[in-house]
Amino acid sequence: MKLKVASTSALEALISNPLRSLLTMLGIIIGVASVMVMMSIGEGARAQIDAQIASVGSNLLTLNPGGIQRGGRNQGGGSGRPFTEADVTAIADLPFVEAATGVLSGQATAVSEEGNWVTTVQGGGPDYFAVNNWTISEGRLFTDQEARSGSAVVVIGASTVSNLFPNGNAIGQRIRINSVPVEIIGILEAKGQSGGGMGMDRDDTVVGPLSMVRNRIVGGNRWVSRHVSRIQFLVRDGYDIASAQDEVAQLMRDRRKIAPGEADNFSIFNFADMIKQRGAAMNTMSMLLAFTAAVSLLVGGVGVMNIMLVSVTERTREIGLRMAIGARGGDILIQFLVEAVLLCTLGGLIGMSLGWLGAFGAAQVGKWPMSVSPVIIGTALGAAASVGLIFGFFPARRAAQLDPIQALRHD
Amino acid sequence: MNMSSEPSADRPIISCRNLSKIYRMGDQEVHALNRVSLDIWPGEFVAIMGPSGSGKSSLMNLIGALDRPTSGEMWIKGSELSAMSRDELADLRNETLGFVFQQFNLLSRQDALSNVKLPLRYARREISDLDARARECLEMVGLGNRMDHRPMQLSGGQQQRVAIARALVNRPSILLADEPTGALDSRTTAEIMQLLVQLSRQGITIVLVTHEADVAAYASRQIHFRDGDIESDSAAPRTNMLSEQIS
Repeated sequence: MKLKVASTSALEALISNPLRSLLTMLGIIIGVASVMVMMSIGEGARAQIDAQIASVGSNLLTLNPGGIQRGGRNQGGGSGRPFTEADVTAIADLPFVEAATGVLSGQATAVSEEGNWVTTVQGGGPDYFAVNNWTISEGRLFTDQEARSGSAVVVIGASTVSNLFPNGNAIGQRIRINSVPVEIIGILEAKGQSGGGMGMDRDDTVVGPLSMVRNRIVGGNRWVSRHVSRIQFLVRDGYDIASAQDEVAQLMRDRRKIAPGEADNFSIFNFADMIKQRGAAMNTMSMLLAFTAAVSLLVGGVGVMNIMLVSVTERTREIGLRMAIGARGGDILIQFLVEAVLLCTLGGLIGMSLGWLGAFGAAQVGKWPMSVSPVIIGTALGAAASVGLIFGFFPARRAAQLDPIQALRHD
Repeated sequence: MNMSSEPSADRPIISCRNLSKIYRMGDQEVHALNRVSLDIWPGEFVAIMGPSGSGKSSLMNLIGALDRPTSGEMWIKGSELSAMSRDELADLRNETLGFVFQQFNLLSRQDALSNVKLPLRYARREISDLDARARECLEMVGLGNRMDHRPMQLSGGQQQRVAIARALVNRPSILLADEPTGALDSRTTAEIMQLLVQLSRQGITIVLVTHEADVAAYASRQIHFRDGDIESDSAAPRTNMLSEQIS
């Protein structure tokens, strides 16, 4: 009851001076908007990173052969001795490996009756799709039998389909990849443009059985038979990724006969790690916005304190009257405190609508889902109300401690 | 107005003993009140008169529990005020005293009814029928048809009636009026004074400060102040007689 009365009279006081109230709220508005944008960017970016990790698989590790030194010059990743299918089997047999596949990839031109397209051809084992978190949107995956026998069948990505078959109807069609006729048996569920976060389109791909791709499209290796260009494997849930990485590294050192003390001629790549590190850049931006928010709220708070002090001075006589008819110091304190909190909360609401727009804009630019959770709204409003409480307290206490008779005589 | 908590008529409702109030203006001391002793009895209608600076307003502020004396005792309904905290004084003003000011002191943003209700909102005890009580008081002062008017829409006399209704709404034992007609013309002054006389007949104790003799004439007892002390009191013998009894 008391609070309701106090907020009614506080609201009247704010409305009676709209321009002043609005200007006072400005700092709070900016502060709350910053809080919202900051938190929304944080949440959106995190959601985006989580989605990327989920699309890759958070426990996916990739083995790449290291570069070889030739004439003092490193030829770059992948130029070293490739792995073999025996290496894939050895890794797949490790107890903590859920699934493993060798991958052989290369660029190739695919030609359909409707068009042609240069794309990435991947040769993989039966576990290729599980390891890479691919699902099928149409048709089917190739069977173990087809994988082993090297049938001329392929599953193709959504982008490739749209380039080769602008009018749809790809399933069952024959295309030629580097002149080799293959049949399309399935289409992969799209993962999206930014997928790996490396600017490449992972939906622009053609996947076929490893032996078929090696024998008929990419070609074999002169020194290593049954080679693969990299090995991908999934670590079982609950098993430490870092120790899996170490154990696989040791296995490969043994298999590749690397003497102790010599450097690895291969590398193990943790995709999820890389995405997480990229996310760290977002944190820096969030910190900056948090700083802006804190400064705006501080400045806004000082503005509120200033205007409340003015208000107390202007209404000294009214305070005196209220005291004369029986208001306690505490009643006056609450009245002005409520006014300050109301002022800030109102500013907070306006700031929230601006912040919502800002969050929306940031989501558009950053291409992540717009995210304004109740936590964000609560935090933004809470911050505004707290500023009102903290900076309103001093003026309110000053009003409460006025001497009734001096307040009444004030003019 | 039937005051159930009215003290028995054989004890003063307001009692001052050797009351002094000294203001410091720079390095100068102003003795606004100089060891004043005074008793006011339940139901009395007292006019305090005197030139400005005679101490009448200072006494009014002390009786109204708005100010504290430099020395001496101030008793209201059997309680000594110097022993009371700020909050207790606020509650006393709310429950026992009603104030009427020269400048009305209404809240300009609120209508007559809300202005009258204001003291009830600060009441410590639960009051269920705020609106009904405020209406009743406004009707009593003859403003039953102007409850939703704001002070700006009312004449001076009407504003003072609203202020009187506000002073009465919490059923106080004592009504304190500080130059209540100072800002009103003579015809309105007469109306307001008749209202006070009527209230006095209903049993409420009224203390009125004025410097106009014709206003003071409405009261049943006149006390003249000069230089911080009582110059004359139309009920002096009775006060002296009973002042021994109380101490």
